[in-house]
Amino acid sequence: MILELIDGYPKYMMESIKIVEEKRERNMSKAIKPMSLKDREEILRKYHPDYMEGTRREVRVGVDKGKVFYEGIVDLLEAKPVVNPDDVDLSTVDYDVDLLIIGGGGAGTVAALFAYESGVPRDRILIVTKLRHGDANSMMAQGGIQAADRPEDSPVLHYLDIYGGGHFTNKPELARALALDAPLIIKWHEELGVMYDRMENGEFQELSGGGTCRNRLHSCKDYSGMEIMRNIRDRARNLEIPVLEFCPIVELLMDDKGQVAGGIAFNLETYEYYVIRAKATILATGGSGRLHLANYPTTNHYGATGDGLVMAYHVGANLIDLDTIQIHPTGDAYPEPIVGILSTEKIRGLGAIPVNANGDPFVFPLEPRDVESAALIRECREGRGIVTPTGMPGVWLDTPMIEIIHGEGTIAEKLAGELRKFNRFGIDMTKHPILVYPTLHYQNGGVEINEKTETRIPGLFAAGEVTGGVHGKNRLMGNSLLDYNVFGRRAGIYAAKYIKKAKTGKLTLDHLKKYNKMLEQAGIKTEKTAPILLPEYRGEMAISRSLDIL
Amino acid sequence: MSKSKQVLTEKSKQKNKKLVDKKTGAHEVEVFVMGKSYKVPAGLTIMKALEYAGYRFIRGCGCRAGFCGACSTVYRIENEQKLGFDLACQKVVEDKMYLVQLPFVPAAKAEYDINKLKPTDSVLLEMYPEIARCVSCNTCTKSCPQDIEVMKYIQNAIRGDIAKCAELSFDCIQCGLCAMRCPADIKHYHVSQLARRLRGKYLDPKSKNLLKRLKEINARKFDPEIEKLMKMPKEEIISLYKNRKIESEESITAGGD
Repeated sequence: MILELIDGYPKYMMESIKIVEEKRERNMSKAIKPMSLKDREEILRKYHPDYMEGTRREVRVGVDKGKVFYEGIVDLLEAKPVVNPDDVDLSTVDYDVDLLIIGGGGAGTVAALFAYESGVPRDRILIVTKLRHGDANSMMAQGGIQAADRPEDSPVLHYLDIYGGGHFTNKPELARALALDAPLIIKWHEELGVMYDRMENGEFQELSGGGTCRNRLHSCKDYSGMEIMRNIRDRARNLEIPVLEFCPIVELLMDDKGQVAGGIAFNLETYEYYVIRAKATILATGGSGRLHLANYPTTNHYGATGDGLVMAYHVGANLIDLDTIQIHPTGDAYPEPIVGILSTEKIRGLGAIPVNANGDPFVFPLEPRDVESAALIRECREGRGIVTPTGMPGVWLDTPMIEIIHGEGTIAEKLAGELRKFNRFGIDMTKHPILVYPTLHYQNGGVEINEKTETRIPGLFAAGEVTGGVHGKNRLMGNSLLDYNVFGRRAGIYAAKYIKKAKTGKLTLDHLKKYNKMLEQAGIKTEKTAPILLPEYRGEMAISRSLDIL
Repeated sequence: MSKSKQVLTEKSKQKNKKLVDKKTGAHEVEVFVMGKSYKVPAGLTIMKALEYAGYRFIRGCGCRAGFCGACSTVYRIENEQKLGFDLACQKVVEDKMYLVQLPFVPAAKAEYDINKLKPTDSVLLEMYPEIARCVSCNTCTKSCPQDIEVMKYIQNAIRGDIAKCAELSFDCIQCGLCAMRCPADIKHYHVSQLARRLRGKYLDPKSKNLLKRLKEINARKFDPEIEKLMKMPKEEIISLYKNRKIESEESITAGGD
């Protein structure tokens, strides 16, 4: 059974494409209208994982006992701490620093730079990261970063967009910080050397996006996240800020005064642990897409396994808004190598319409992300999608429409990255549609912080995707790159202030013993441990025959 | 790489025969991971093929979407002379493919304070003098998984054309394959990083709107209005949000991630 491909697609998919082509002219002339609020509610309730039964449950242990979070996150919170406190000797301190930063992505690197600017000497800072410095979702963001800097715009409007986009559930002080700090972040990027897309007079080319009332998206071609991350990482490298790579922190350390006082690092290659004592600790571990909540594929980085949520919860920090996830309507469903990877919202912005296997449109193309996703899921559940040879469902996004509407060459000019991606697999998106299905994109909630990035535990600060409150129950596009810059900066500044007065007591891991006891009292018997650090993608056969000998 | 499960097969002897799983009828290919033979389903990427065989990545795996450069690799097809270059997360395995992992590039980077550099014709040569040793062999370009014209941007760097060097190198994911293959030991991806920062900081014209807005923020112009929104009863702010004017836009300017 060798699959013969025609222009990159198996024969049966090509037959469906033929129907799409036949109906294209009709589909372009007769647009589907947006849904009423009532219809939106109904489709969300039936098809969006945030509203469906069986995706979430109450957590039975810890500070948020009784709160409802996604199953995959509750599983981690109800697992045993991965470190047995009796295995660790705290009398020898391997690294003694002022500031421990957990995570080498955007938030962690920005925090390090601003802690340094705020007077913490570089050799008193330590960034500890699970993979390489810069391996993070920050590197992957394509679209851009919001900042209200045009005369037609204002931080007040940006605030209103953030708050409304979050269904009015955001912490107002955090939304204010995000909107008001945005222009100064762009200025800082200019000084670092970020190559933003500009007009000839030097003003930024600013785009609009779902949920923004003004065009305020600053971008660097298709590689906005990469360009910003390359610049801040280069700055950190030139300053020689110490970075420990491939050494995730696996648990936080506390002291006898109830403060967070560093962490236990685990060398992924030698299996050694290191005791790191710090006056202040910034949690910047990012998101959790690799947990595949509600069984979704994900756009996220390999290391996005929610470690920070678990470690913070073990010391008593609270979590918010983890009953929602952001699924993006147009993840790739075919070919297999790119399943879950994003196809940008801009494709629909340029006029491409989602159609089912019969070539029929079924939804207004630019509904809010959650509604659009729900409509795609419904179409596939009810059997009007295409199933790929590897079992992935999907619907067509009719990209050739873009060339018909805006003229030949538009895709090459406006969607060069997307064109390159599909060309690798012999698919020409200017001639044939692409297959899409919703994909897990962003962890809306997380560890609760205030506008100084403090958690409820002294000595523990947090910034970036690991935190909750900034975006409430839904994040707007262009606000995550902004989030890690605004709150990474604040974390560096406020941690530096805290360090000046901090006095660390005797180190302890008693909080883990206490957590184990709480699990026992809640009647939770489990062999699972957390944080998990890496997802498990090995073949079933290989795992089933693996022996633990070495 | 923990506990790799070794599926050593007899299949390596059956050259040129199609491998078909007897139970499922699915098409399989044979790959050699650092010389060792494994059968994997056809259609997997190099990265997923290694995982299928039992490898659990620590190094050499990052964003899995072609942005981070962690998984750049070389490969060779049996009975071919040439090495291939690609990203393990993007390249699909072929039958009789020899696979390796190259998870780290020990290339030296110049250290500088961008605020103290000037975008002169010679600054790239001063920071990275070895670019003058380029022998124009074009191996760097041939080894780039992003299809960037690497040699061309190095030639621009030698000539002192910072802006062009930055433009040509913009899609670089800093995987380091160019530097590993270069006979003149040029660190292409570090050179172009400096060029892009110099261009972004010194050469591109700057926004006046941004400076104006920063002055207003520093003067706390927007504080009272945001304060008002923060204290507003929920029904009132919901109605304000629903009725806000959406800037008219051409669809072509719609962005998003």
